[in-house]
Amino acid sequence: MTTPPPAISLRGARKRFGAITAVDGIDLDVPAGICFGLLGPNGAGKSTTMRLLTAQALADEGEITVLGFRLPEESKEARIEMGVTPQLDNLDVELTARQTLQVFARLYRIPRLERRDAVERALRIANLVERADTRVSELSGGMRRRLLIGRALVHQPRLLLLDEPTVGLDPQVRQELWSLIDSQRAEGVTVLMSTHYIEEAERLADVVAVMAAGQIVARGAPAELVADYAGQRVLEVYGPPARLAEVAEEASRRGWPTRRSGPAVAILRAEELDGDAPEGVPRAATLEDAFVVLTGEEIA
Amino acid sequence: MRRQLHRLEPAAILGVMSRDVSLFGKYWKATTFSSIVEPTIYLVAFGFGFGALISEVGGIDYLQYVGTGVVASAALFSSVFPGMFNTFVRREFQRTYDAMLAAPVDVEELVTAEVLWISTRAGVYCMSPLLVAILFGLDPSPGIVLVPLVGFTTGFGFASFGVLISAIAKSIDNFNYVTSAVITPLFLVSGTFFPVSELPRGVEIVAQVNPLYHTVQLVRDAVLGGLGTPDLGHAAALAGFAVVMWRLAVWRQGKRLID
Repeated sequence: MTTPPPAISLRGARKRFGAITAVDGIDLDVPAGICFGLLGPNGAGKSTTMRLLTAQALADEGEITVLGFRLPEESKEARIEMGVTPQLDNLDVELTARQTLQVFARLYRIPRLERRDAVERALRIANLVERADTRVSELSGGMRRRLLIGRALVHQPRLLLLDEPTVGLDPQVRQELWSLIDSQRAEGVTVLMSTHYIEEAERLADVVAVMAAGQIVARGAPAELVADYAGQRVLEVYGPPARLAEVAEEASRRGWPTRRSGPAVAILRAEELDGDAPEGVPRAATLEDAFVVLTGEEIA
Repeated sequence: MRRQLHRLEPAAILGVMSRDVSLFGKYWKATTFSSIVEPTIYLVAFGFGFGALISEVGGIDYLQYVGTGVVASAALFSSVFPGMFNTFVRREFQRTYDAMLAAPVDVEELVTAEVLWISTRAGVYCMSPLLVAILFGLDPSPGIVLVPLVGFTTGFGFASFGVLISAIAKSIDNFNYVTSAVITPLFLVSGTFFPVSELPRGVEIVAQVNPLYHTVQLVRDAVLGGLGTPDLGHAAALAGFAVVMWRLAVWRQGKRLID
């Protein structure tokens, strides 16, 4: 049995903007049919990576193939089979939801006789049938996000790129978008999603790659990453700043991995601690613990 | 499904233009209103104002002289400003172009579609001054049927010029430099209101490289029945201007849109 070719493959992809290297030689394979999460803090290079895949940014070095097409030479052929939802809303505020989808149905080369059905289908996916003839400027933030996703799906692509799909949305709308994204994956669409929301990656992604400073620092199923980088259990020790400093000092002396967790010090891999551990609140390790370990405590 | 896509595909160009057509449904009344009212004001102000002092220029009735000249201004203003402002706003503020370039459309098709749409409109709206002039007594020759084509070509060149400027400009305020230092002189030194031969020798030479001068000459000759060999030169100059500006616009806009 041969493995099917990956939907996306990057080999040594590097992109510089002047003195800044946004993407610093990454190797990445996204297998077909899964939801792949690109997780990283703001400024890690996720959006630039996404733009490389549509040839809206051209790599300085490296090889990129998308759906078997070599980029940038065959990027137009690749783009016809993928849908893209950008981080920044770029809807045409003067058009209605339906007009927006009609324009993109043409851009994606849907034959004339099939366009009407494609637009109706995308309106249903985006749950905007009732608001089809409302101008985009009058839609709510959540509706606009759904329209952005519907626009990316109007031509039933094989690959969906989502750049921070739920940034700035309230929890109800996020839940709604998550089920929309999950239903696409269930239909066999490969999804590459960048996010800095850990919960989003944990809920949706089959495989996660963690990006920091333009590089991929870890890759695996969310549960594997948690086990590998944070262990099974975490002990959160609360106290005044002086006490926290004391705990941190003791941890570093005894080689316990820790991270700051708001008003507490979290001791990772708590299952390996002996009986003399400090008093604290135990909890299960999360992807957030692994994320902080991988991407560092400091805010860049 | 594996398909080979080519450069300048009609499907991509028409797709981009379909967006413009959808939007036009909203603002055509305002555009049409100003396209009629503006030349009327020019004709009344210059035609009757100067017309009281000058009855003829080079054997042409002054009202007809201005009526045909203003066709070029209509083509200029209806193309250069949309080329500058619309493309800047869509690229920088609305990010419409970013959205389209994530679909199977490239910068060349995007720019070409925007320029084609603007110049098609210019080809239609440059006829309004003539309609107004006919009401004021202009009796056009059959050559008038060529005017939309002249307006289209002029519009194509100046829309491309506008797109080029929008790709070079750092901010929308920089357009003021171009408007004052380039567009206004082009508009005035084009033979629209007075013959360029009246200008000092140096300025006259400059006027002849003004694409709008060639538009004015072509329109006047077509409408007043004076088409001849020199008009081939005027047509070639306009077409050359259009092609050069188009290529420059595609090139510079690509630098702004693709990282």
